[in-house]
Amino acid sequence: MNRLFRTRGRWSVSAVIVVLALVGGVVLWSRSGDDPPPVSTRDAVMDVPDGPGSSQTIQIDTTLYLPQKTPAPAVLLPHGFGGSKQSVATQATELAQRGFVVLAYSARGFGRSTGQIALNSLDYEVRDAQKLLDWLATREEVVTDAAGDPRVGVTGGSYGGSLALLLAGVDPRVDTIVPVITYNDLTQALLPNSASTDEVARETASPGAFTADGVFKRSWAGIFFSAGLTSADSASPGREAREPGQEDDDASGGGGDTGAGTPGPSTQGQPGRPGGDQQLDACGRFRPEVCAAYTEVATTGRMSPATLELLRRSSPASVTDRITQPTMLVQGEQDTLFGLDQADANARQISAAGAPVKVVWYAGGHDGGSPGPELRGTIADWMDFHLGRKGADPGTGFEYQVQGAFRSSGTPSLRTVSASGYPGVGGAGPVERRALPLTGDEQLVVNPAGGNPAAVSNLPGLGAALSGSSSLASRLAVDLPGQAAQFSTQPLDGQVLLAGASTVRLRVAGVPGQPVPEDGAVLFVKLYDVGPDGTRTLPGSAVAPVRIALPADGGAAEFEVTLPGAVRPVETGHRVQVVVATTDQAYANATEPAAYRVSLADDAALDVPVVPGSNTSEGIPLGAVWGIAVVLLISALVAVVAVFRRRLASDVDPELTGVPLVIENLSKSYPGGLTAVKDLSFRVEHGQVLGLLGPNGAGKTTTLRMLMGLIHPSEGRIRVFGHRITPGAPVLSRIGSFVEGAGFLPHLSGAENLRLYWAATGRPAEQSHVEEALEIAGLGRAVDRRVRTYSQGMRQRLAIAQAMLGLPDLLVLDEPANGLDPPQIHQMRDVLKRYAAAGRTVVVSSHLLAEVEQTCSHVVVMHRGQLVAAGEVADIAAGGGEATFRVDDPERATEVLRGLEGVTEIGVDGDQAYASLNGVPRAVALTALVQAGIAVDQAGPRRRLEDAFLQLVGEETAR
Amino acid sequence: MSRTDSGGENGVHTDPTAIAELAQAAAHQVTEVAPDGSTSFYRARRTLPLRVELIRQLKRRRTQLVLGFLVLLPFVLVVAFQVGEDNGNNRSGGFVDLATASGVNFVILTLFVSSSFLLPMIVSLFFGDTIASEASWSSLKYLLAAPVPRHRLLRRKAITSGVLSVFALALLPAVALLAGVVWYGAGEAVSPTGEAAPFADSVLAVVLTVGYLAVQLFWVAGLALFLSVSTDAPLGAVGGAVLASILSQILDQITALGDLRNYLPTHQALAWVDVFSTDVDWSNMLWGTFSSLAYGAFFTMLAARRFATKDITS
Repeated sequence: MNRLFRTRGRWSVSAVIVVLALVGGVVLWSRSGDDPPPVSTRDAVMDVPDGPGSSQTIQIDTTLYLPQKTPAPAVLLPHGFGGSKQSVATQATELAQRGFVVLAYSARGFGRSTGQIALNSLDYEVRDAQKLLDWLATREEVVTDAAGDPRVGVTGGSYGGSLALLLAGVDPRVDTIVPVITYNDLTQALLPNSASTDEVARETASPGAFTADGVFKRSWAGIFFSAGLTSADSASPGREAREPGQEDDDASGGGGDTGAGTPGPSTQGQPGRPGGDQQLDACGRFRPEVCAAYTEVATTGRMSPATLELLRRSSPASVTDRITQPTMLVQGEQDTLFGLDQADANARQISAAGAPVKVVWYAGGHDGGSPGPELRGTIADWMDFHLGRKGADPGTGFEYQVQGAFRSSGTPSLRTVSASGYPGVGGAGPVERRALPLTGDEQLVVNPAGGNPAAVSNLPGLGAALSGSSSLASRLAVDLPGQAAQFSTQPLDGQVLLAGASTVRLRVAGVPGQPVPEDGAVLFVKLYDVGPDGTRTLPGSAVAPVRIALPADGGAAEFEVTLPGAVRPVETGHRVQVVVATTDQAYANATEPAAYRVSLADDAALDVPVVPGSNTSEGIPLGAVWGIAVVLLISALVAVVAVFRRRLASDVDPELTGVPLVIENLSKSYPGGLTAVKDLSFRVEHGQVLGLLGPNGAGKTTTLRMLMGLIHPSEGRIRVFGHRITPGAPVLSRIGSFVEGAGFLPHLSGAENLRLYWAATGRPAEQSHVEEALEIAGLGRAVDRRVRTYSQGMRQRLAIAQAMLGLPDLLVLDEPANGLDPPQIHQMRDVLKRYAAAGRTVVVSSHLLAEVEQTCSHVVVMHRGQLVAAGEVADIAAGGGEATFRVDDPERATEVLRGLEGVTEIGVDGDQAYASLNGVPRAVALTALVQAGIAVDQAGPRRRLEDAFLQLVGEETAR
Repeated sequence: MSRTDSGGENGVHTDPTAIAELAQAAAHQVTEVAPDGSTSFYRARRTLPLRVELIRQLKRRRTQLVLGFLVLLPFVLVVAFQVGEDNGNNRSGGFVDLATASGVNFVILTLFVSSSFLLPMIVSLFFGDTIASEASWSSLKYLLAAPVPRHRLLRRKAITSGVLSVFALALLPAVALLAGVVWYGAGEAVSPTGEAAPFADSVLAVVLTVGYLAVQLFWVAGLALFLSVSTDAPLGAVGGAVLASILSQILDQITALGDLRNYLPTHQALAWVDVFSTDVDWSNMLWGTFSSLAYGAFFTMLAARRFATKDITS
């Protein structure tokens, strides 16, 4: 059936080509929209005054990114600490592709810009940025609101974010800002104190106590300072944070250089900076007063008023009451440098100044990675709306990301929760707080001399290395025995989604007889999620440092602690643990040995902020809904068209309704050139037993398959009772067939097979005559055995019985005698004859002449697909009085026969002599032969059919 | 009437009276003919009733083994969890770590571990085997000559396979839920994104999951059906569909393909995890539904066309 295969193959190939073309077209079409618009860049170096009242200038290295279409609103894009304009190239390009003119620049003291770092001082960096705004206003590519007033937004990460805040505070020309992972108060970022003896305002989700005189955040400050010394950017998050729906890390691997300032390894350390100050001295590129302030804090752990004043002038807190521009605050949940409390303070202060504020907490930060592409897209959307008046209003909501447990590919899943507004800000109600009762007795904790060994909470600067496994980082936390007091809640009876800063009231007292430290007690308070097996997780890896003055008389100080802001689903059965430790690796610990009694304040409970919201979803994707509708519509259409085409297929010849079978000009050829049946025509009348005789490969089975509607004829048609045969034509219900082998379900018994077959025809069971048919099969008890145990003959008999189910008007049997033994063959002939005699029609195919002669009333002889002879068996087998004689000497026999009067057409065939006797009795001829001394072995009628058949079949002897 | 009742081939024998009875029956029964040429009791729309096809399939050892395996699998997993060391912290980690948190979490695990290979394989088996096995038994031609119209045969077989597939898809989580509730209790389920949902809600989510899985696997069903009408080898049809599913999953792992992976039919195969959160994000599931319906409809139409025009030679 090689040719058949070829037909299929041809069809499949064309189908596959069409499908591939369609799919390819769709893919190309859908991707062509993804081609980013081109962005051109211009580098420029700008001279700006070195400082207030200074006549000298410094050079600021800038790059202007121009979108395809100008004029356009502008975005000023300052970089993170230790970075340069190169580190924001990715975000700048993205924003320019969104249609903004983007000005990226290296801040003074960074990259190729000259000058000295003044920590975003209002007198230095902020003025530089104002000069850049002046310049932007002169550019014809930039849309202006008024002369000298460009329409401009400012966004930046960390150091750049604080510049955005400071610039917006002093320069009303700024239209909107998006500060990312930045600070409100640098003194609190570097020397935080989370203890407050007064009530802390707890309306917002993540308040910080922001009490003066904090504990020096030693490791981060050192990293920060060294970044300014060497431009090695270890202060920035090393990679992008993961985003919801993002499956793995590789997906964002390409875009490491983002707004928060993430230079690749190649930009770490800037070789060959211009200017004379690239000598690596103790102050690096810092301004002397900044350097001196750092030196003071780093050596003493405390701040002088001068330092305080210096850091204040670098803190957005000094200008936030003047920020009225729409502000989106983006802060990281994995950030031990600038925690959620910093964004909280910004939000409160800016909102109080009257500006609309949107707050976003994402699963990143200085420890967890810079904003990923989706969040950068959100920032661009914000700019689009507030600068370009395009797109949907991003509103003033609050979003935070929750890290789940699902790790299909090694990374946890994320979801984003949205609330209508940041709690306690801009009209939103105060945050919901849940009190979790804490238990724990008074405990004694000891501060070791020198503050060493120290507990471990986080590893600043390793954020880049660890952020890929923030869960790992949060499990690194170690408390040292004797240095930590622990207070726990009961196991939770339901999940609590902690979102923000919890608060707790503690009481600390000195140990009688021991002096209390003059500087106040330094303690570190942290909040653990403790699993049922004791696994402790420190959400956000953050601790709340506390410096509290203790009464000298040995009395207790009672105070409230604002724990670090974090987002953490604490599961059912988990406990929340508050730990008060005396040391922490990341901070400047107290060096004098001391011991404290730590206890909970009366009726102390952990106050946990909860921000209900709905999970952010992308909404219902209309494309998918339309797609589903279109697919369903097309399917329905195809079904309807198919039904109509089938309805129209009926074809009846009313004159032939009484004729069981008419075959006209039937041909079946295959594309390979093989013709199985060629121009076959014959007719079977009512009551006939027709034999279809031919050697193997004559086309008998192909004809019968076409008769059953299994094979489509190439030409011609078959009519059964006048109805043209098509696949599944209803008239087939009047045909019982057995073609080329039995077909049964091997796992069912013979009887079940027949019953289920009849049930499949959908006709009434009483018409089936299953019992009679099974009697014909005569399988005895074997009918209840599985068919797979049957022999070939048994299957054959069962198949013939199946063909007779329902007593069909036309019974078609293909080689029914195959596999039967002689008595069975004999019985079968009897069955067929009796069946036809009862008014039915039978068509039997066979390659055995004797079979046809003994069974059939009529015969059609086929060879190589063509009809050779057709007619009554008797006519064809023994017509015209011809006789043959098997003799020992055929030559002499012919002579004898010639001597007889009237005998003609004499011939020899092997050891036989034959002649047409023309009325001469066969006995007379026989007597003449015997009298002539010829030994006659056999005398009989001349078998023309056999001759013809043998001649056709050639070597394939049929008998 | 007497029959020779010996089991062997030699005993196979037709009693002459049976022939007489048949001839008599044939002589007495006159076929009434309907206008469409059929016997008057034949109706195309009554052929191959679902009940019959279901019996034909359900009596197969293959079907019984598959369903039995699905019943057994959750218990095997329970035993595995009982035997294996429990780290005690069943509230974090992946599906496997979450599995013992509650009965529903156990169901999620069961579906998660079976959704990549087992479920596509079962659907492939039911759809890929249905026509091809009839062809391999040679019984297809007799059904078609009965006649069961080809489009109807395909539809009925597809519906039966669909019923069996959906039953299998529902059976697995049902048994898993039963086992999970017995062993791990009817507590609140922890979703993969870290949310806790009440038991009743999460059971509803399981029902939705079964619905989504049924739709999502439609593409496998369509492909298997197409292969089933294209070949006479059941193994080829089933294996082909399973291989296509695996290939799609492998390509889905190649992140370098980027957006192109959205066109893979298995890209949203795990989108059902979204229903276990409190605010269900339907977008992935809708895209998955669209993709699967589109592929499934395409392959099903291809199968219908191929089957309607093909020459049955088995």
